[in-house]
Amino acid sequence: MIRAWDAAARALRAPGRRRKAGFVLQRLLSLAPLLIALSHPIAAIAQDSTLVVAPLLSPPTGLRVGDSPDDNGHGVLARWSVAPDDAELLVYEIWRGPSPTAPDSVWFQVGSAPRGSEHFVYFDEDASAQGQPNPAFVASGEPIHLRVRGRSGDGRLTAWSGAATGVGKGNWFHRGKTNILVAVLLFGGAVAWFINSARRGKELYIRPIPGLGAVDEAIGRATEMGTPILYVLGTGTAGDVATIAGYTILSRVARRTAEYQTPILVPVNDPVMLAMGQEVVKEAYTQAGRPEVYRADNISYVSAMQFPYVAAVNGIMRREKPATCFYMGIFHAESLLLAETGSGTGAIQISGTDQVSQIPFFVAATDYTLIGEELYAASAYLSRAPAQLGPLKAQDYAKLAIILIIIAGILALTLAHWDGILRLVRTPV
Amino acid sequence: MRDGMAWYDRLLNIDRRWIYVLMALVVIVPAVRPFTVPVGISGEVRAVHEAIEAQPAGGVIHLAIDYDPSTLAELQPMAEAILHQCFDKDLRLVITALSQFGPAMVDELVTRVATEHGKQRDVHYAFLGYKPYPAITILAMGSDYRVPFPTDYYGTAVDAIPMMQDIHNFSDVACVVSLAGGNVADMWIQYGNAKYGVPVALGVTGVMASDYYPYLQSGQIFGLLPGVKGAAEYESLRERPGQASRGMPYQVTSHLLIIIAMIVANVGYIAQRRAHAGGR
Amino acid sequence: MKKQIPILIVFVTGLIMVLQFFVPHAASEFLFTYANDFVIVIGILALPLGIFSLMRGTVIKARKDPRERFYAIVTIVGFLVMAIANFRRDSGPDSLAQNLFSYVMIPCQATIFSMLAFYIASAAYRAFRVRTWLATVLLVTAFIVMLRIVPLPEPFSSWNSSLVQWILAVPNMASKRAIIIGVGLGAISYSMKIILGIERGYMGGDK
Repeated sequence: MIRAWDAAARALRAPGRRRKAGFVLQRLLSLAPLLIALSHPIAAIAQDSTLVVAPLLSPPTGLRVGDSPDDNGHGVLARWSVAPDDAELLVYEIWRGPSPTAPDSVWFQVGSAPRGSEHFVYFDEDASAQGQPNPAFVASGEPIHLRVRGRSGDGRLTAWSGAATGVGKGNWFHRGKTNILVAVLLFGGAVAWFINSARRGKELYIRPIPGLGAVDEAIGRATEMGTPILYVLGTGTAGDVATIAGYTILSRVARRTAEYQTPILVPVNDPVMLAMGQEVVKEAYTQAGRPEVYRADNISYVSAMQFPYVAAVNGIMRREKPATCFYMGIFHAESLLLAETGSGTGAIQISGTDQVSQIPFFVAATDYTLIGEELYAASAYLSRAPAQLGPLKAQDYAKLAIILIIIAGILALTLAHWDGILRLVRTPV
Repeated sequence: MRDGMAWYDRLLNIDRRWIYVLMALVVIVPAVRPFTVPVGISGEVRAVHEAIEAQPAGGVIHLAIDYDPSTLAELQPMAEAILHQCFDKDLRLVITALSQFGPAMVDELVTRVATEHGKQRDVHYAFLGYKPYPAITILAMGSDYRVPFPTDYYGTAVDAIPMMQDIHNFSDVACVVSLAGGNVADMWIQYGNAKYGVPVALGVTGVMASDYYPYLQSGQIFGLLPGVKGAAEYESLRERPGQASRGMPYQVTSHLLIIIAMIVANVGYIAQRRAHAGGR
Repeated sequence: MKKQIPILIVFVTGLIMVLQFFVPHAASEFLFTYANDFVIVIGILALPLGIFSLMRGTVIKARKDPRERFYAIVTIVGFLVMAIANFRRDSGPDSLAQNLFSYVMIPCQATIFSMLAFYIASAAYRAFRVRTWLATVLLVTAFIVMLRIVPLPEPFSSWNSSLVQWILAVPNMASKRAIIIGVGLGAISYSMKIILGIERGYMGGDK
């Protein structure tokens, strides 16, 4: 363009038609910057058919981009001040580009926030999409460039906010779970306090639990009748707390059966539970001083499926006619099938589960039922060890605290419309 | 009094096999003399129906058919009704089966219903199959379906499935409807809704249903289909009577028997108590 | 040492998984996924153990117990047939494995589940008696809830439906929430005892 301008200037100094041509060329060249300036929004119009030549609405301001808190580092938090024309807008669009000064054509939208919003969490942890690298992926530790504009319902746009850059970093603590951490620490502290109290000789009262009080009587009955004891651990897995509680009771029952030399049958539905069950019973027999009476075949794997398992256990009940049946663990629809079959054989039945839906069936069909947390309390109840009783007491005080918080929360919301207590106990999604 | 036993003692100690015989008889009655049962629609069932009905054509629903053959009688009717509704509305379905012995059953069901509607696998629905340890699988799906399911039930790479190109995790589906006969339902609440925020509705057996009303009240699930009655209500909403509607008469007769049994037992019990109190 | 090492492993891994819950960092997510993968691996490795136990017990019964010989043989034959059918190359709707599943396994499972109907009737006959006032409340409530299925004439039908919805949504839910809270606290307490090594019943005892 500079050479053209020089050529035009030389033509202006020349006589005749060359002078006229130089004049026209110079005028055209002087318009060039205007044409170039106009070509930029025209190109943008060609890309975005809803864009008008000039933005009519005021942009959001003060865009800042920083690390999004409480995440794994694949998110950034964009904050801005709402546009002066916020009332006319429908959404704020958040766009991402490779650099703050990159041309508009390479920016792409990564999200939107409703009008009135002043922040947006841009989170994307998928490094690939459809087998290709995901351009929207937020890599931890790498700068992310964002800018924001508003859009009205009829397609009018604000100007862009200034671009801002931020870096996503993995966080080492989720602040939203602080209330859970505090509650766990308080509860743990209470457990430690009561264990210490019990070890110093303080009497901790536990109310009688009839099902556990009847364990010895039930084992004695089986011994007198010369029939085995059936112990069913349910259809959970070895990792379930209720199943582990079942093992604890099995350990004590097995020790008694070793002393009385009464066979104990333990059909299980999981191979890992098989290994654990054999170890528990073997150890119990060893501690009772009767390792020679232990029979590994009495703890057997039956089936992983629910109804084949219960069919097999029912068959064992019908054939072996145990005098005592224990059902301790996680049960589902098979609970009543087991309990009614056991009732039909005339066995004493002691059950315990934390499955709320099955408790009514056990209550109706078995002689004694450990309801919910009574199953977990069994080990403390049977051993009376201070280290076991302490946590039970802590649980009672925790329940009292929960009751008080519920009442306080209801009163606060109902009478004062204050949701502070609700927000205190809310946990993050 | 025959054999020295009063009538109330005989009544209270009746052999349970007579009760089984009576139950068998009352279940045969609707088969011999069929009748229809009017079904009222409950709010929790309507919520599921309306949530699916509100989806635009092309919307995505995750249908988790998490029951196995043992609970097929109660849960298959609702699975069929939901499949029909989704295919009627041209919705896309991501289908999983987190019950160990469910996949073959799910394959047969989905193929049959899809064929009726002229829907194609991989285009209108994707059946990802089964993976063990439902909690871990749900957690992984929330991150990306491809993590637990690199291939679908039929061995096709999920990345190569046309329908799955724009579906990565729970944020790409409108909701999850889990039909479960066991504790997989709890896992969807704990890991699907609580961790990832995906709206969850449940279809469960009648016995389990009362367990899940607390979650309905707290908003952790947005709808609930309780057992055969829930399935019958759903079929009624679809105006398409099916297996559940045909099963309602059997429910009515068996419930009536249980009610009568309870009344009879208590008549005998009260008579016995009075007799013992009277010192006879 | 036989007891101390497992207790130490439980303590360390338990503590790590508790802390993992509060740490959103990608490293923590990786640890969680890795640990869960291990659970799957252990489960699969334990499967041959279960199969061996089942077969061993069944073969012993087949050889030594005439009463159980027939059922033991059925178990062994069923196991082998299903294993062979599923190892075959043919698969799909008409394969042997699919047919065995659809026409043997499904009906058998449905049969066992259907026994619940009979057992519920006999359990209801035995258990729902007016022994105490609490048992009477239970009886009346069961009566009302079961009537929901029965088509009653109006206005009894709508009264019953409203009453049942109230029973399920209010007292039922209140009591279930109470049990759930108790179970939750009990599970936390029990898990703490396991992690701290106070509870060792799952290993066979305290000593």
